[in-house]
Amino acid sequence: MQSIKAQFISLWRAWFRDPIRPFGVVSVLLLLALAVAPAKDHFSEWHSYQKQYLRLILDRGDAVTLQRHFRGGIQQIWLPDLGVVDRCQTCHTGLAEASLADVSTQPFRRHPPIPHKLDEFGCVVCHRGQGAATTVAEAHHSALAREEPILPARYIESSCGQCHHAPMAGTPRLNEGRELLARYGCVRCHTIRLPDGSMMAATDDPPPLTHIADKTTREWVYAWLKDPASYASSATMPNFQLSDADARDISAFLMATSTPQPGDTLAVPASSKAPDPAAGASLYGESFCASCHATQNAAGNLVGGNIGPELTRIGSKVKPEWLQAWLKDPRNYDAHTQMPHYRWTDQELTALAGYVANKTDSDFLANVHLDAPTPQQIAHGKALVTEYGCAVCHEIRGVAKPENFAPELSRIGSKPLAQLVFTAGMPKTLPDYVDGKIRHPRAFGAGLRMPLYTFTAQQVDALTTALLSLTDRSFALPSRLQIAAQPMTTYQPAGHAGKLMAELNCFACHRINGRGGDMAPDLTWEGSAVQRPWLDDFLKNPNTLRPALIRRMPRFNLSNSERAEVTDYFMTVYQTADFDRDSMPLGGYSAALVEQGRQLFYSKYSCQSCHMVNTQQDKGYIGPPLTQVGSRLNAAWIYHWLKNPQALRPGTIEPNQSMSDEDAGALTAFLMMQKTSGKPGAKQ
Amino acid sequence: MKRLLWIPGAMALVIAAGCARQPVAAPAAQATAFGSAIVESSGGKQLGAPGAALPQPLVVQVNDAQGNAVTGAFVIFSGSGGVRFEPTESLTDSSGQLTTNVMLGGTSGRYELRAASTDKSGKPFTLSITELALGYQEQVGYAVDQNYCARCHDQESSAERVSNYDNLAVKPHAFTDGQTQDALSDADLTAIIGHGGPALNHSALMPPYGATLSRAEVQALIAYIRLISDPPWRAAGVVYAKR
Ligand code: HEC
Repeated sequence: MQSIKAQFISLWRAWFRDPIRPFGVVSVLLLLALAVAPAKDHFSEWHSYQKQYLRLILDRGDAVTLQRHFRGGIQQIWLPDLGVVDRCQTCHTGLAEASLADVSTQPFRRHPPIPHKLDEFGCVVCHRGQGAATTVAEAHHSALAREEPILPARYIESSCGQCHHAPMAGTPRLNEGRELLARYGCVRCHTIRLPDGSMMAATDDPPPLTHIADKTTREWVYAWLKDPASYASSATMPNFQLSDADARDISAFLMATSTPQPGDTLAVPASSKAPDPAAGASLYGESFCASCHATQNAAGNLVGGNIGPELTRIGSKVKPEWLQAWLKDPRNYDAHTQMPHYRWTDQELTALAGYVANKTDSDFLANVHLDAPTPQQIAHGKALVTEYGCAVCHEIRGVAKPENFAPELSRIGSKPLAQLVFTAGMPKTLPDYVDGKIRHPRAFGAGLRMPLYTFTAQQVDALTTALLSLTDRSFALPSRLQIAAQPMTTYQPAGHAGKLMAELNCFACHRINGRGGDMAPDLTWEGSAVQRPWLDDFLKNPNTLRPALIRRMPRFNLSNSERAEVTDYFMTVYQTADFDRDSMPLGGYSAALVEQGRQLFYSKYSCQSCHMVNTQQDKGYIGPPLTQVGSRLNAAWIYHWLKNPQALRPGTIEPNQSMSDEDAGALTAFLMMQKTSGKPGAKQ
Repeated sequence: MKRLLWIPGAMALVIAAGCARQPVAAPAAQATAFGSAIVESSGGKQLGAPGAALPQPLVVQVNDAQGNAVTGAFVIFSGSGGVRFEPTESLTDSSGQLTTNVMLGGTSGRYELRAASTDKSGKPFTLSITELALGYQEQVGYAVDQNYCARCHDQESSAERVSNYDNLAVKPHAFTDGQTQDALSDADLTAIIGHGGPALNHSALMPPYGATLSRAEVQALIAYIRLISDPPWRAAGVVYAKR
């Protein structure tokens, strides 16, 4: 022991000679060690950005203010409940400086205005990246496990979608992407579960195939399977890239499994004279078929709505006897179809069916020649139908609907790179992966079954945006931040009138009590709004209001008793509790009051910019003409509408003019004097 | 010792190779013809989104002095702020046109693009094109405009919307009309949108929207009008260069 100590001392003396000297050396070492931290800061990337920033603002008029706002060193936003530790503002020093609007050099650009505060949400919730990092490379580009790089700007709306599940005005791409996911039935195969536990629902309408042989030929099925877009450019059915033999066998199976349904065919009556093609065409127009069905015009553009299938080549598809039966009563073939039950006369049916069946394309089936199928082919077809999951969308006799047919996508927006398989040469990022999967689903390996869609580049961007919004963070964020989509209610009017409304499918265009489309006015309070004789007459002859609109209410040819039933139901049930529709008289207003109303109409409120009262002089064409509004609307409705239009019909573009009671009363008197001359509801 | 001399030699070689200019990936297409002016065929002044491709491609045409289209003229596109083109440069086609897809940079605002070519003597001539990237706020403004305002302020009708412009006794101006809109301050715009035409001694045919639109929506409308107006709006207030 002693000897070791002696040895150590002698060694010490040999090195340092003077016993004081070592303390000096140690102190210097310590000093150096202490200097490392400030030096690291001083030479760090962020420090040089902060110096650049200070130089940048030095020359500006508001330099003093900006300097006062500036805080040096690492800046951090810490939001424990959002899982945010963001130091981005260490380099992005000017993010919150409104006066830096003209500065475009990064990282000093001001953040463009959004409805959220930086201190409440931080940065990475929307932009991704590593908030706690203090170098550009780590913060922006890290692709390590459980770290994610910055989200490219073109997909930024996906971040809004982590909390906002309803469409918003500021996120058109996200809205479109979600709509496409629903309309192209992506969510039928791929489950998408939202943070509130609800599922994204499909809005497409794939028809049942249980009686397909009643409707069309095997040749058509074959050609359609080979390439749906060659039949209808707007087809939502994707291309499964089937071989000729596979398409042959599937078409054989579908025909073999189809059973005839009584009433699915209606023999074309052997009428004495051939149907008048002009009558069919005008019936097609009068019935506003184009509100829901598109056709290609000569220039190749689709004209018409997309609620029902495209009809450009419909004559090459459906059998004439099926078409007749379908037009007579669509619900016989498909109980859930959106197609209204028009009550056409037999003569009208023949004319319309003849006109529609004439929309053919002689090239479409020209090269399809199929021999009678063998039992092996039919069996193989059934195996293919099972393999490709046809029954996910279509009802097919003998094939059960598979569950969870394709991978769930509820968290696709956070999928770790390590779990992704990329194709050769593609950029290795999640957005590129999602984009590639939509564009070339079959390129990612052999044996993949996902079909091919023909989306435009814009649609692919929109879909990618919508999918990238499905993140782990979306599930982890506090539920108070989640804003659910307003799901459609399952409202169903009662009784016989309700059944009639289902047959006419009023809900395809009108919304009532939170269910239905938005192509036509919300009818929830229609009974408070209109006078009974007008409604009855409108149902008889609907094409009178708003001639400027391309989509219009069709005439359903209801019988008198049917019309009375629907009208009664509307007048009784669809009333607001906020006021009594009979609380103000329909007429008998004093001339002075009416004159006061006229003045207000034409000067103070200048209603004529959107509405016509006198067709000789007024031209406004945004709102409905008011020439006969006194025979159409109830006075109490007009009064309350003028006071606050959005309270009666949320979202209406009629501006709320903050009208006084007196002005509203006078205008109501003036408008109620605008009566139909002659019998109510005559041609307006 | 001598055996180690290869080390500095090799290092010199590596350094030389590293410093050598990157060889141009593909030699620029050789112009086979020369024009004297570039004009825009379509695709200018589009409303796009940051970082995303413009909805329509940009098409430019090279003409000669007589105004005839020139096939085989070399055109190169450029732009600041991270704009990308596909392709960036090429020769005009048989109709004298060149089509390129434009990806805007990552921030909202105006993007000034340039298409350039040279004439026979090698003198360059250019065309400036403006494209717009709508940020969140401008996007909201656009949506409000489409829903409420465009019916009167836009002379064009569409399938969904019939223009009411022709029906108005006093004509409103397009929001792209910078001469008119830039003359109004933000406060003026807020007043006329909120309280209608009479707020600025204009016609009451311009309705008030203060009780219909939220403050944020009105601000968004103003941001949108400021972005799309031409000549562009210059925000007052900031004093540049102190020295
Ligand atoms: C009913 C038609 C109509 C609608 C809808 C309308 N405006 Fe106007 N607007 C006018 C008319 C007419 C004028 C011109 C008034 C004048 O010059 O006396 C005008 C003028 C203006 C002006 C003054 C500059 C100009 O263009 O002459 C602004 C700004 C304006 N409107 C903004 C809006 C906004 C924003 C909206 C949508 C929220 C809107 N307007 C909706 C009719 C309309």
